[in-house]
Amino acid sequence: MFYREAGDFSTTYAEDQQTFPIKFDRYRYYVVLFIAIVVIPFMVNDYWVNSIFMPFLIYAIAAIGLNILVGYCGQVSLGTGGFMAVGAYACYKLMTSMPDVSMFVHVLLSGLITAAVGVLFGLPSLRIKGFYLAVATLAAQFFLVWLFNRVPWFYNYSASGQISAPERDTFGIIITGPNTEAWAAYGFCLIFTIASAVIARNLTRGSVGRRWMAIRDMDIAAEIIGVNPLRAKLTAFAVSSFFIGISGALFFAIYLGAVEVGEVFGITKSFLVLFMIIIGGLGSIFGSFAGAAFLVLLPVVLKVVGVDLLGWPTDIVAHLQLVIVGALIVIFLIAEPHGIAQLWRVAKEKLRLWPFPH
Amino acid sequence: MKYRLGKRVAAGAVAGLMAASPVMADLVFPSMSYRTGPYAAGGIPFADGYADYFTMINARDGGIGGVMTTVPECETGYNTEKGVECYESLKGGGGLVYQPLSTGITYQLIPKTTADDIPMHTMGYGRTSAKNGEVFTHTFNYPANYWDGASGAVNYLLKENGGDLNGKKIALVYHNSAYGKEPIRTLQELSKKHGFEFKEVPVDHPGQEQKSQWLQIRRDKPDYVIMYGWGVMNQVAVQEAVNIRFPMENFIGVWWSGSENDVLAAGEGANGYKALTFHGVGSDFPVFDDIQKYVVDAGNAAGAGDQIGTVLYNRGLYAAMLAAEAALNAQGIHGTADITPGMMRDGMEALEMTEARMTELGLPNFGPEFKVSCQNHGGNGLVGVTQWDASTKTWSLISDFSATDADVVQPLIDADSAAYAAENKIEAGC
Repeated sequence: MFYREAGDFSTTYAEDQQTFPIKFDRYRYYVVLFIAIVVIPFMVNDYWVNSIFMPFLIYAIAAIGLNILVGYCGQVSLGTGGFMAVGAYACYKLMTSMPDVSMFVHVLLSGLITAAVGVLFGLPSLRIKGFYLAVATLAAQFFLVWLFNRVPWFYNYSASGQISAPERDTFGIIITGPNTEAWAAYGFCLIFTIASAVIARNLTRGSVGRRWMAIRDMDIAAEIIGVNPLRAKLTAFAVSSFFIGISGALFFAIYLGAVEVGEVFGITKSFLVLFMIIIGGLGSIFGSFAGAAFLVLLPVVLKVVGVDLLGWPTDIVAHLQLVIVGALIVIFLIAEPHGIAQLWRVAKEKLRLWPFPH
Repeated sequence: MKYRLGKRVAAGAVAGLMAASPVMADLVFPSMSYRTGPYAAGGIPFADGYADYFTMINARDGGIGGVMTTVPECETGYNTEKGVECYESLKGGGGLVYQPLSTGITYQLIPKTTADDIPMHTMGYGRTSAKNGEVFTHTFNYPANYWDGASGAVNYLLKENGGDLNGKKIALVYHNSAYGKEPIRTLQELSKKHGFEFKEVPVDHPGQEQKSQWLQIRRDKPDYVIMYGWGVMNQVAVQEAVNIRFPMENFIGVWWSGSENDVLAAGEGANGYKALTFHGVGSDFPVFDDIQKYVVDAGNAAGAGDQIGTVLYNRGLYAAMLAAEAALNAQGIHGTADITPGMMRDGMEALEMTEARMTELGLPNFGPEFKVSCQNHGGNGLVGVTQWDASTKTWSLISDFSATDADVVQPLIDADSAAYAAENKIEAGC
């Protein structure tokens, strides 16, 4: 009914392999893209961009990055916050040392630098797995935060140890700093989010992604059928860190504008992104978006409902939010380990068969 | 909206009567509070004091200049991202002045508030060089800042030692964040000037683990320890100092390390611990009678109503009082009761707190006299010292509000604000 497949025949392999094989899905995707690119930039104000869209887009990139590592390659990582910090500090150093270069270049370079750091910290993954690897990446998290707090070169010897983004532009449009127009900041992040999602989707359904998934499902079997674990794991670390680095750079330069490493990129950030992919769905690009949207919107919705509509005290609502997020994680782990993405997949299956379930 | 409303009213039969009293919106003083998280013990009393003062103003005086006030609260949890969300959502409500109550959030908001033409008051925290109003047009940090704190502590020690600190050893225990790092440069300069040895001892957020730092202090035997801590870090530090038998009289916290929460846990051991302050302590001021009458007895006290008279409650009350005075000032300057954030900024810039006015407000000798100007957004930087008496569980003021070393602090402020202006291409000037 809702998902008509009648008349939706694929006649070539390319058609059969496309990301959205069902026409309805494909058109819906185009509509979403159209709204995101053409409609929203003309409607947003500061509040919507700074409180909802920008965190959502940036966290979505981070979640895609972590999902590649954890969801597709099975390498558990708790170092997301640290890698985001690498992206942010790389971007800061680039912005301040080369003020005339476009922000696009800076953000991409920050991603590449983070990829290199990620590969470095991914090396232990060749020897250790699972829980032990999680602890090794946790060490990366603490080390990187300590490093950025400790070495004054990273924050240009400022008195407070904070880094703050000066005004920079790309193609003559101001992208960072307080005078940024809402639509410009939104658009800049949107470009990176769409590009990340498209690249990640295509990587994961190609041969690289198959190698990652083979390693995830059973590394010894993968090795026997000819997957090189060294290359598979390190590419996963590199690609994952690349996206996380980009999200860190955007998080600092476009979203917050000033960052204190211990507070913003602490261990809680690693957990937050991990919760996003657990709730959203491991091994799914859509899941990364769903998880990011869920955890960005939930506090805002709870605040609007609890404080603004019901008039409850702010601290009760803040505590309630912790309880709800905690409960949701437990519930998802028990009831639907594959997250919102799987719920959506099941719903879609049912809608395709409806009204003839048998 | 208001225009249309006015037109519709004018069209009515009772136009002459109604149009004379235009519909005025409330004066909005947003409270970016944190009643949750590791710093809640400090955030709750401040937010209560801030809200209670405005409640009292509404009940007693019918608002400021005849306009009622409202204090919408937004929970930041001392978290920068939530702070930004709070600022953006409160901005829609027309907040007159923002008090982010966190150095991290202050750094985020300095450029944003300047671009939005909304003033920000970072009382005793935030970016110290915001004292230079020529560069930081919309940020105010009167009556005192972190560097005044560092200098005030050293001045106090100078007085105790007959004006000579040569050969003494002073350690700084600090929260390893922007806030804690602020005084380092000042103390380095002061150590050069006065010839004392200066040692940095960082403590990482949130500060529950300080064993190694205090073992280091026990080994180094500094003569004095200055602390820039906040939240749970303070309690732990005081307890650890008691554990290594560090003489409490030689342990001085900045004003964010000097509330009841910080010393009660250590019991008798904390007796004699000192802390800096820029406002009075205790509830022995006439204004508290009004708070009792118009707020507590009316059942309108914020929070649990159990914080009245504590150090941080008083600070919240003081912040609210200064905001209300600035609003009154702005109403006078612009000749309208319905002020905008831009007008509020002018009111803050022309603020002058005199002893006579403080007495009028029921707060005699509560804080230092100071005057804000376009060049000087930080006031005169007078700092006092308080001491904890564990037997009566009270803080008491043990020194006057005295001047800090402007010869050391001012050049640092000029250098730092000049660097900020250059980095952000700001044309300095008044």
